[in-house]
Amino acid sequence: MSPLMTIVVALKALRRNVLRTALTALGMIIGVAAVIVMMAIGNGARASIETQIRSAGSNIVMVSAGSGTFGPVRAGQGNVTTLVPEDAEAIRQTVYGIRYVSPGVNTRTQVIAETANWGTQVQGAGQDLFAIRAWPLQFGDPFTADDVLRSAKVAVLGSVVRDQLFGAGADPTGATIRIHNQPFRVLGVLTPKGQAAMGQDQDDTVIVPYTTVQKKLLGQTHLQNITVSANDGVNLDDVSRAIAELLRTRHRLSPDVADDFMVRTLEEMASVLTSTTTTMTYLLASIAAVSLLVGGIGIMNIMLVSVTERTREIGLRLSVGARDVDVLMQFLIEAVVLSLAGGAIGVALGTAASYGVTRFMAWSALVTSDSVMLSFGCAAVVGIFFGFYPARRAAALDPIEALRFE
Amino acid sequence: MTADPLIRVHALSKTYSVGEVAVPALRDVSLDVRGGEFVALTGPSGSGKSTFMHLVGCLDRPTTGSVWLNGQDVSQLSKHQLAHVRNKELGFVFQGFNLLSRTSALENVELPMLYAGGISGRERRARATRALESVGLSARLSHHPNQMSGGQQQRVAIARALVNDPLLLLADEPTGNLDTRTSIEVMDLLQHLNLERGLTIILVTHEPDIAEYGTRVVSFRDGTVRADRPVDSRRTAGIELARLTADGVDQLRSA
Repeated sequence: MSPLMTIVVALKALRRNVLRTALTALGMIIGVAAVIVMMAIGNGARASIETQIRSAGSNIVMVSAGSGTFGPVRAGQGNVTTLVPEDAEAIRQTVYGIRYVSPGVNTRTQVIAETANWGTQVQGAGQDLFAIRAWPLQFGDPFTADDVLRSAKVAVLGSVVRDQLFGAGADPTGATIRIHNQPFRVLGVLTPKGQAAMGQDQDDTVIVPYTTVQKKLLGQTHLQNITVSANDGVNLDDVSRAIAELLRTRHRLSPDVADDFMVRTLEEMASVLTSTTTTMTYLLASIAAVSLLVGGIGIMNIMLVSVTERTREIGLRLSVGARDVDVLMQFLIEAVVLSLAGGAIGVALGTAASYGVTRFMAWSALVTSDSVMLSFGCAAVVGIFFGFYPARRAAALDPIEALRFE
Repeated sequence: MTADPLIRVHALSKTYSVGEVAVPALRDVSLDVRGGEFVALTGPSGSGKSTFMHLVGCLDRPTTGSVWLNGQDVSQLSKHQLAHVRNKELGFVFQGFNLLSRTSALENVELPMLYAGGISGRERRARATRALESVGLSARLSHHPNQMSGGQQQRVAIARALVNDPLLLLADEPTGNLDTRTSIEVMDLLQHLNLERGLTIILVTHEPDIAEYGTRVVSFRDGTVRADRPVDSRRTAGIELARLTADGVDQLRSA
C-alpha cells in the first residue's frame, strides 16, 4: 500500500472515534503548550535582563576599588584608598581604545529642598558619565569639565528625586537644594531610565561632580570606582587587561600581591545573570517536558487499547491482503498523526497563552522559533517512540487468532 | 475434466504445539477441487475443517505437505507473497461479518482494493458500487453496518470478498449468525455466484442441511477426510425462498 493510502487509512481510523482521538491528543496538546509557555517565560526573562543591562550603556568597563592588606589589617571590598583620580587620567591617556573615563565616588545622604527632603544616593562623577551611560536630560544641561575642575556645587537630579523634592514632572532647573547643609544649584533632570540589572532604581540618584563629593561632602582624595567606555569595535577584554596592568604598575603591586581593584565588563555581569535565567529556562522546559512524556504514555496506552479492541479489524485487514508492514505503518501513523496534530494545536495554544502571560501578567514571554521547533520535534519523536510498540504488537498478530478474537 | 484442478492439496498436515504437547489438527489430507465446484466442508468442531480452510486460504502454512493454488505452490511462498495471494486470488466471508464499524458499506467494500495498490479512488468507488449492486444492496451504499440487518451485513461482506475478482471464495460458517430465512437468502446469493459466474466456493459449515446447497460435501473427522461425496439432491435456495414467501402469503390469507 502506498504511503499516502496508509495515511488516509490512519486518518479514517482516527475519525471513527473522534472523542477518544481528541482526548488522546489533549495530553500532547497540554505537553507541547506547557513547553512553549515555559520556554517563552524563560526567554522573556532573559531578554528583559539583557535589555536592562544594555540600558546601563554599551562597551562599559567598570573599575572599582578592591580589598587590600595594610600590615595586619585586611580592608574589605571598596575600602582601599589606592584608587585615585590620577589613575583615571592615566587610563584615559595610556590605554588604547578608550573613549570616555568618569571617576566615581558616591555617598548616601539626605537631600533637602524648600518643602521636602529625600534620602538618596549622591553620585560623584565626571562630566562624561552622561555620555558613557547614554543618558539624556529631560530638562536643563549636565555639568561641564569646568564644573568638575572647580568642584562646583551643581547637581543633576534623577527623575525619582525630582518627583520627591519638586513634585512629579516639575522642571526644577535653577532651583537650589541642600546637601550636607550646603546649597547646590540644580542644573537639570535626567530622563527616567528604570530599574538597573541588579534591581536598584537608577533614577533615584543625584549626580554631582566627583571633585565636589571628594572635597565638599566626604573630604577624601580617593575614588570608589572609575567608569570607562571603549570605542566601538575594541575588544573589551583587551581593555580590561590593559587597565589592570596599568593599575598594578601605578599601585606598585609586586607580582605575589593580589589586585587592590576589580575590573569588570558589563558583558561579564550580563553573562552571569543570563546564565542563571538560561538555567531557569531549561529547568522550566524540562518540567514541562515531563508532561510531554506523560502525553506520550497516554498515546501508547490508547494505542494499546485500540490494538486490542481492533484485533478483529487487524485480522480482517490481513485476510484481505494487508501485509504486516501495512498494519505496522497504519498504527504508527495513527500515533504520529495524534502526536503531531496535538503538537500543532499545542504550539498554537502555547503561543496564545504566552501572549496572554505578557498581556495580563505583565511578564515578558517570548516565543522563539527554536522553542516551537523543539517542542514540535519532541512531539513527533514521542509519537514515533510510543507508537512503535503498539504498532509492532498489531503487526505481529496471527491472522487466524485475530479473526477469532472475541 | 482434463484440466488441472484449481486447488490441489497433497499430503497436507498441520500440527499445533500447545506448550510442549503437539496437537495434530490435520493429518495427511489430499484433495483436489476443480474450478466451478461448490464444496461444503463439514464435521464437528476440532475435526480439522477450519484448519484446512486456513491453509487453503493462505492464512497459515502447513507443517508438511503442499497446497497448489491455480498451478502455484503457495506453501513455499513468503509472508508478503501470501498476503498478495490473499488479496488477488481469494475472497473471505466470515461468520461474524467482520465489517469495519462506523464505516459505510462502500468503504468497507473498497478495503481490499486499498491493499491491491495502483487503483484510483474513482475506480475503487465504481468497482465497489458494482459489487454492492451485484449483491442487491445498491440502495445501501452509504449505510453503516449498525444500520443494516445481519443478512445485509453478510452481503456487504460477500461484495467485499468479490471486489478483487478472486479465483476462490472461502466462506467460514457464513450463516452461523443468521436466522433460517436470511441463511437461505445468503445461500441463494452464493449459489447464484457459483452458477452464473462459475465462482469456485469452499464453504465451512457444521450444519448438514446448509452443506446440501453445495455440489460436493467433504466430511472431516479427527484431522482426516472421512467422506467425500457429490450432493445427489442439491437444495436450491431460490425455490425454497419462493416457497417460503408463498407460505407467508398463504398464512396471511388464511388468517
